[in-house]
Amino acid sequence: MITGLQAFFLVNALITLFAAVKVVSSRKLVHAALWLVLALMGVAATFAMLGSRFFSVIQVFVYIGAIATLIIVAVMLTRNSMEDVGPQVNRGWWLPLVVVVLLFVGLVVVLSGWGDFGLSTRTVGAEGENVMELGKALVDPNGFVLPFEIASALLLGAMVAAIYLATDRKEGKR
Amino acid sequence: MNMDLLIWLIPLPPLLAFAAIVLFTNRSKALSHSLAIGAAGLSWLASMVVFFTAVGREELAKHPLGVDLKVNWLPLGDGAFKIGVQVDPLSAVILFFVAWTVLMIFVYSVGYHNFGQPAGDHDKPGLPPHGATVKVKGHGHQVPSVEPMYSRFFAMISLFAFGMFLLVVTDNLLTLYMAWEIMGLCSYLLIGFWYAKPSARDAAVKAFLTTRVGDMFMLLGMAALYKMTGTLNYQEILANPTVLEMLASQAAPVLGLSWAGLIGILIFMGTVGKSAQFPLHVWLPDAMEGPTPVSAMIHAATMVSAGVYLSIRFFPLISAGWDGGGALTPAMMTLAVVGAVTALFAATIAVAQNDIKRVLAYSTISQLGYMIAALGVGAYVAAAFHLVTHAFFKALLFLGSGSVIHGMEHGVLHTHQHIDPQDMQHMGGLRKKMPVTFWTFLAGGLALSGFPLVTAGFWSKDEILSGAFNGGHVWVFVILALAALLTAFYTARQITLTFLGQARSEAAEHASESRAVMTAPLVVLAFFAITAGWVGIPKAFPGLGGLVPNWFEEFVGEMLLVHGEAAHHSLVPLITSLVVALGGLALGWWVYRDVRAGQKDPLQKPLGPVYTLLQNKYYFDELYGATVVRFSRWVSEVFTDRWLDRGVIDGILHGIAAAGLWLGGVLRNGFDLPVINRFLGDTVVAGGTRKLGAETSKIQTGRLQQYMLMGLAVVLAASAIIYFFFVMA
Amino acid sequence: MIPISWFLIFSAALFCIGLFGVLARKNTIGMLMGVELMLNAVNINLLAFWAYRYAGQMNGLVFVAIVFAAAAAEAAVGLALIISVYRRRTTVMADELNLMKG
Repeated sequence: MITGLQAFFLVNALITLFAAVKVVSSRKLVHAALWLVLALMGVAATFAMLGSRFFSVIQVFVYIGAIATLIIVAVMLTRNSMEDVGPQVNRGWWLPLVVVVLLFVGLVVVLSGWGDFGLSTRTVGAEGENVMELGKALVDPNGFVLPFEIASALLLGAMVAAIYLATDRKEGKR
Repeated sequence: MNMDLLIWLIPLPPLLAFAAIVLFTNRSKALSHSLAIGAAGLSWLASMVVFFTAVGREELAKHPLGVDLKVNWLPLGDGAFKIGVQVDPLSAVILFFVAWTVLMIFVYSVGYHNFGQPAGDHDKPGLPPHGATVKVKGHGHQVPSVEPMYSRFFAMISLFAFGMFLLVVTDNLLTLYMAWEIMGLCSYLLIGFWYAKPSARDAAVKAFLTTRVGDMFMLLGMAALYKMTGTLNYQEILANPTVLEMLASQAAPVLGLSWAGLIGILIFMGTVGKSAQFPLHVWLPDAMEGPTPVSAMIHAATMVSAGVYLSIRFFPLISAGWDGGGALTPAMMTLAVVGAVTALFAATIAVAQNDIKRVLAYSTISQLGYMIAALGVGAYVAAAFHLVTHAFFKALLFLGSGSVIHGMEHGVLHTHQHIDPQDMQHMGGLRKKMPVTFWTFLAGGLALSGFPLVTAGFWSKDEILSGAFNGGHVWVFVILALAALLTAFYTARQITLTFLGQARSEAAEHASESRAVMTAPLVVLAFFAITAGWVGIPKAFPGLGGLVPNWFEEFVGEMLLVHGEAAHHSLVPLITSLVVALGGLALGWWVYRDVRAGQKDPLQKPLGPVYTLLQNKYYFDELYGATVVRFSRWVSEVFTDRWLDRGVIDGILHGIAAAGLWLGGVLRNGFDLPVINRFLGDTVVAGGTRKLGAETSKIQTGRLQQYMLMGLAVVLAASAIIYFFFVMA
Repeated sequence: MIPISWFLIFSAALFCIGLFGVLARKNTIGMLMGVELMLNAVNINLLAFWAYRYAGQMNGLVFVAIVFAAAAAEAAVGLALIISVYRRRTTVMADELNLMKG
């Protein structure tokens, strides 16, 4: 028998996957970007179902708030790609499809061989993750301060690179 | 039904309608507007249920509805940020008018965007519809055409309505701020709705950026508030004397203010931006570039009301440390000065405008100034009262002016005369052509100018004036009375120029009444514009006082922790408001009673250069262009770009580059050419590599995705092999 | 309770859909969207394992946080690259960008 939570999971998963399919198949790129927002929203709901409220919120902030917005802006800036002439997928699109289906089947086969595949009891409690602990772990010299700092450097580098790449250097301007 | 849950559900239908229209129904105009109106109707229904439940509750201010149902929203290190809803007397009355005006505006929009008319001959998305030709008995005939982006409009105003409902029912400043920004976005989208018009685009950007200036201060205030109190919940801050006292007694590091004063002023800056108070008022008149229902939405139902609502909501904080009688706190003083200045200043501009919507725009600014000034002198209930009545009659006036413009456009299409259908100089005599619009507009206009006894505007304005007078703030009283005089004057001018007298253009002669779907909302709003005042007749009012209980005062006044002195009703403000309202109206009618076609404004001669000054809105746009815009351009172009970026930073980088180049040259001449090239040479290593490269380059198609596919296939095959032969075995 | 397998299969499906987008989409921005889907699938996986097996430890969560940072960096640089390429070649179609052809 399917419980309410399970039903919710299924509905949410279906919506998310449908939106994801639309993302990769929509002819109009702006529509694809909007479907992407819906798919990301579904993922945020999944995070919440997994007991991670914090990352659910962060998902909305970072992915929908920043990344999806960035993508939509980029779509608008590269405007003539919005006039969708011709097919929006490559000619040999069936080959990736075959590979991807194979990959999916392979993943499921491998996963189902795993002993804990049917595990349905969680170790996480109802209160969700401990954000304080996470924060401490991120800056703890014995914890994850190194990856954390590297990620900061990566973000800084990305920011500089993005500004540098996107600067409009017209002839004669400097 | 569970009341807490119902309050949660109020904002939801418009949001769902927005999503549904955007995602699914944008092809079908009928479906889109049904969804939007249905959603607004549901919200309206829920709001009414909540409102009447709230009215029936005892001690609502102490125990607001909906506070029991809270959600852990943002996980923080210690616990979670909780969000919830609350309906106390203040939000209940706001909810009442928001629900009504929003629903009326939605219905009206159907007619305004010419639903059911044929598609235009040359209409393009992003431009107002130009009209279509239909064949009637053989010859072509111009009729209004349907808006090309009809569904999009309904999607956007639904989102707008969602923002406003959310803002009203929320119980904390953070959610309010989000709703606030949602509305900011919607106003941007809707003011720039006809985005192919450069003026609309500019107006949209201007509105967005100007309000952002205020929002930034508000965000600072919010951060300071959270830092000081550890919460943003209304009940925990504003209904909590300990917290308020703590904020009022601790000194902030700026300007010798207390924390309460500093935070109050910062939050008030948000209002200044959103409610278009001096000096950030410049965006609001330009916002007229949007379709008229949007103007009504921004000016009455949502945006600007939200700003005043914020100030009223935070009045306990702004007035913390004020004992109800003595000297005003610095924050209250700021409100009083800004409000009074805005009220008078905007009213003077409105006198010299010819665009029917622009007059209303400045009148909105002026009336908002009234409310802010009322708050500044501590007339809390009066401010809330005027907010409610103003929302009704200003929504009515905007929708009415839209109806007038619509009628004029009809005339323009009919006569092919090339005139601006919004210019009042071309109108006149519309009384007979558009009777419903005329009578409802008259009701709204009289309410705006405070026509005694009958209209809602009189009661709320009178209360503000007597609040200012009885509080002993004579200068505020005088300024507001002057503004009221001007208000009555320009209202009479507007009505006279538009509806009375003779038609001053061919188009005006052929104007026709709008459809019932547009006039019916006008009638409903006119009803409220008249009657909304009767719930707040002061007890001390000579003759009428006490006949009806002053329900509004009792209901909303409960919100205050500190009550001002019992208002001893003096006759001075009453007589003043009678004189200025009637005098202004009579004067306006008398000056403009017979303006002929092509004649200049009768005021132009006696006022001379002052008139030009007013007509150009005190040159504020030019002033900002010359100072703020120029300065920021200088900072970005000269300071940052030329000096800092190209001078200092590039200078250093170029130095490093030159050094690197020099080093490279030395290495090449000293090591590479004489040593490497001589001994290893071209033939042995380079030639072999080149050959190998030529062979392998054949599989390099340059197509990124093929590379990826190839890599993936290899990885898949490899992992399959490893899995089956090593892991399984 | 929901078995962990549901989450894993869901994330595998999302991953594969994203991968298809990356491999088959003509438009480079479309490819980037596929990458975002894949990263999201990875995060679901990480959080699922964390929730069902290692809720007491921070490793999984830290990894998720780092993936977020990497995704942000990837989107910023990727889109900047695309815009830069668009300026030079007025196209963002992957099959027209074949400068790497040998």
